[in-house]
Amino acid sequence: MNPEKTAPTGKSSFRHDPEKRAIIYQVFALGAVLLLGYYLFSNTLANLERQNIATGFGFLDKEASFEIGESLINYSAADSYIKALFVGMLNTLKVSLVGIVLTVLLGTIIGIARLSSNWLLAKLSAIYIEVLQDIPVLLQLFFWYSIFYQFFPAPRQALNPFSGVFLSNRGLVFAVPQSHPAHTYMMIAFLVACAGIFFLRRWARKRQEETGKLFPLFRTSLLLIFALPLFTWAFAGAPTAMNTPILRGFNFTGGLNISPEFTALLLGLVLYTAAFVAEIVRAGIQSVSHGQTEAAMSVGLKPGQILNLVILPQALRVIIPPLTSQLLNLTKNSSLAVAIGFPDFVAVANTTINQTGQAIEGIAMIMAVYLFISLTTSVFMNWYNKKSRLVER
Amino acid sequence: MAITIPSQDHTDLKPPVTSIGAIGWIRSNLFNTWYNSLITLVVIYVLWQVIPPFIDWSLIKSNWTSSSAECHKSGGACWSIIHANIRFIIFGFYPPPEQWRPLTAMIILFTLLIVSRNRNWWSKNLLFAWFAGMMAMGLLMTGGIFGLAAVDSAQWGGLPLTLMLSVFGLTAAYPLGVILALGRQSRLPVIKSLTIVYIEMIRGVPLISLLFMSAIIFPLFLPEGVTFNKILRAQIAIIMFTAAYVAEVVRGGLQAMPKGQYEAADSLGLNYSQTMRLIILPQALKIVIPPTVSILISAFKDTSLVVIIALYDLLKTTQSTLSNPQWMGFSTEAYLFVAVIYFICCYFMSTWSRRLEEDLDTGR
Repeated sequence: MNPEKTAPTGKSSFRHDPEKRAIIYQVFALGAVLLLGYYLFSNTLANLERQNIATGFGFLDKEASFEIGESLINYSAADSYIKALFVGMLNTLKVSLVGIVLTVLLGTIIGIARLSSNWLLAKLSAIYIEVLQDIPVLLQLFFWYSIFYQFFPAPRQALNPFSGVFLSNRGLVFAVPQSHPAHTYMMIAFLVACAGIFFLRRWARKRQEETGKLFPLFRTSLLLIFALPLFTWAFAGAPTAMNTPILRGFNFTGGLNISPEFTALLLGLVLYTAAFVAEIVRAGIQSVSHGQTEAAMSVGLKPGQILNLVILPQALRVIIPPLTSQLLNLTKNSSLAVAIGFPDFVAVANTTINQTGQAIEGIAMIMAVYLFISLTTSVFMNWYNKKSRLVER
Repeated sequence: MAITIPSQDHTDLKPPVTSIGAIGWIRSNLFNTWYNSLITLVVIYVLWQVIPPFIDWSLIKSNWTSSSAECHKSGGACWSIIHANIRFIIFGFYPPPEQWRPLTAMIILFTLLIVSRNRNWWSKNLLFAWFAGMMAMGLLMTGGIFGLAAVDSAQWGGLPLTLMLSVFGLTAAYPLGVILALGRQSRLPVIKSLTIVYIEMIRGVPLISLLFMSAIIFPLFLPEGVTFNKILRAQIAIIMFTAAYVAEVVRGGLQAMPKGQYEAADSLGLNYSQTMRLIILPQALKIVIPPTVSILISAFKDTSLVVIIALYDLLKTTQSTLSNPQWMGFSTEAYLFVAVIYFICCYFMSTWSRRLEEDLDTGR
């Protein structure tokens, strides 16, 4: 197949010239794909015409006329399909982001526990990893969802473990601070603290390179991130009013309600994916040879510095790529929400398809949304891999 | 300062009792530092809170063959739901008089799997046995010849459906995946980009969107009058999905081949198909056997997603048992039972894959 290998002398027959042969193959492949595409496309058009289904995305502006159980933005049945789909997408992002944070935490803890010198803890983690990996995630979702209905009482007899927290088969309800402008200011203060830490870190690194002096970055960051919003809260009048849930009729009003669907979905996704993440974390930590720790000790680094400067940078290089693919899996698996009735993007798109009959457009949108998420992540990962690549001398 | 040096012989002095045997083991594995002692105590406390009540619920207070009314009275687990519905959970709507057919099909499959566990028996004959076995399985399920009554695929269900979707899925996806992987490594830009688009697109979307596509859009793709059944369409979606993952695994094997192998093949004057068939693929596919088994495990778990397009696989038959008013409220027992089936199958495959990994790691 190497084009340079046999120099075409002009005389050689057409089928023995690798360069020309390559062109022929490619033309054939492209032709076959195009032909298949055309065949499917024309069949589809004919079928749609026969069934009197209009094509195009015109239906998106029409009234959706279905309610959505939970939404991050104001939505009613009178809104358009596009807004309903947007609500679904926000729900997908919500469950994925919360799930990713919890999965990384739980997975790291279990992965480290797997390597613990405590025999009992290590064995229990190993059992957790093996069992949860081998049971389909959909079954786990059904299981957690059924637990809600089988074991939790109706709202009137709701369990009340702490004051202001109620657990019933309608979900978890708890008190939240009454909305107050101070919360917006606190959010801004938090963002300012984050930006401050970013610049502080750059400055500290530069100073260390120039003068060799270390700056207590971690403690300062911790102080900034907590103190700044707290001061803002105090300056804005320290509002303490709480929005407590009250039982009214058959359900609670007020407070923040986490639905059983969301809880079951989150629980299933996190427990399942954490088992895979734990394996990745374990492999990553084990990939750093013990000699590295000993070498770091022998140059006089403290335990915290050994972890931060020697172990983690090397382990993360092994951990991050498979971790990203697991977190992407979690995002894709969140589409199983449709099976337990959480209104994520797939569930809303599915309702849309059932109501309008616009199946092709609906499924194309589902695929486009997930492709967008996957491709942005892989672009970011390629950038990260390039940045963190081992520079060998 | 006088240093007393004990003069007697030490050879028959035993090590202290606290550092050997059971006590020594406990000391060094559970209580070697203060925080490990703390962890051990916490773990034991949690286990004590969880395990005795679970045993009480699942074994001591449980009902195994009673009616659902008696189950509702006792506080324990109601395994009677499994006992009363086992036929439906395992075989779905398959006609009871013909039940031996899916049973035989499953026995054929399990025999083949167990035989294939032993690497000494891997040969061309085993490959033929697999093909013959799969043909036999298909015939047994479909019927219509050799005096077997025809069974409509709408009546297929339960464990045989789950197993067939995953095994047939991987068998068909494997060659497709190898072709895609070769395409992705190809030097021909058109072929390379076509395969990259396919692989990345499939890997970027959830399986559920492909299953929706198979249920709703595939019928639109076909000319008027041509239809094929829902199971086959779901199977095609699973094949399309699995092939992309197989392709990535095989690509890993192809990339692990040293360049010298290609150069040696070139210097022998082998052409592309000879190089691949005789030199590269046999080695590359050998390296990727363990990750391929992992794909089989995920394919097996992923077939449970066909619940969403209302095919009666193992999970769906269990669910429909639970929607029977008589057995409502015993979902924990039913789901635990199905989970155990899935766990046994997957555990079998994953231990096998781990052993293969050790066997095949010959340190080339």
